[in-house]
Amino acid sequence: MTAVRQQVLVLYLNNSALDSPVVGWACYDGTGRTRPTTGDSDQPPYQTGVAALADGWRLFQAAQLIPPYPGTEHETSFLKHEFFFEKLVSS
Amino acid sequence: MSTTRQLLNSGQVARFVTHGFLRLDGVVPPTMNEEALGVFAAGLPAVPYGTPLPEAFPHGSFARRLVTLPAVAGALESLVGPEPTVDHHFVHTRQPHEGSAQALHADAVIDLRFDAFDVQLMYYPHDVTEDMGGTLLVPGSHLRRTNESDTGRYQNLLGQIRLACPAGTVLLLHHGIWHGGRRNDSDAVRYMYKIRLNPTVPQIRLWHTTDLDDAAVREELARRFPWYEEAAGRLEIHNRIRVWRALTGDPTFDVDHWVTRITNRPAQRSRA
Repeated sequence: MTAVRQQVLVLYLNNSALDSPVVGWACYDGTGRTRPTTGDSDQPPYQTGVAALADGWRLFQAAQLIPPYPGTEHETSFLKHEFFFEKLVSS
Repeated sequence: MSTTRQLLNSGQVARFVTHGFLRLDGVVPPTMNEEALGVFAAGLPAVPYGTPLPEAFPHGSFARRLVTLPAVAGALESLVGPEPTVDHHFVHTRQPHEGSAQALHADAVIDLRFDAFDVQLMYYPHDVTEDMGGTLLVPGSHLRRTNESDTGRYQNLLGQIRLACPAGTVLLLHHGIWHGGRRNDSDAVRYMYKIRLNPTVPQIRLWHTTDLDDAAVREELARRFPWYEEAAGRLEIHNRIRVWRALTGDPTFDVDHWVTRITNRPAQRSRA
């Protein structure tokens, strides 16, 4: 019997639209075949979030749009437009 | 610090304020680079937090000679002033074929200062090649309010810098910049010596300011980076203007009217 493992792709987009350009990314591989880590690539795996969908990735979480806390409207912090995708693959 | 003062100009300081770091390639002479590995192997003396630089690094010591190299001393004086204190110093190593990179982080804890900053000097005594795990830097990340490695989820950001540099290179970093030691996929140990310096004087116009009004300064401060989201990128410029106002003592400085527009309160002026 074949075991199924999860591969996770996290894309950070230029705005809250899924078809906006990728500005950051991370990968995690439950199969253990690859070892993605910090600073291992200068080229994003996809140009937009929709391009990841077209390649078979399933979106399972998108960042909510939350107004800034009063008094912190001009502060910058974490990237806001974070999208989690998965693929289920045979290990 | 040095009798030959090589202060930065406004364009260079604007670049530091925008990018969050300055890079001085190969400024340390080969003889010191060769000496450095032995110094690091022997171990560096501990320095209590906040020790004045001359006490922390006595005359003739390797660290003293490093920070008094004219190019290094001039840049440090331009950024943190003439008499900084030493916060701490440490030699970082990345072992060959180490399993993973450091998580992307900013040092210390979340830091709310707009009118002061620490500088972290990073010195690389040998050539750093692409596969040696040179420091990862995220230009323009230093004003983000995040705490230490809470940014660890971000593996790669568009326009990031994966440092490769010649021996003797020195980086001067704003304390808040996102960075991390990358995975060392080579057969050689990678060294980096870091010194954190705290200012003791107001950081106002400490550099050569004759070019303060050059168009290039304003253009530099208006720069965007590829990883910025469209909306947050505007806030980055807004926040950079606040820093530049503090460093120049000019409360009217602006870029493209970003701050002036949203601080215009005619009703408050009429009541004054």
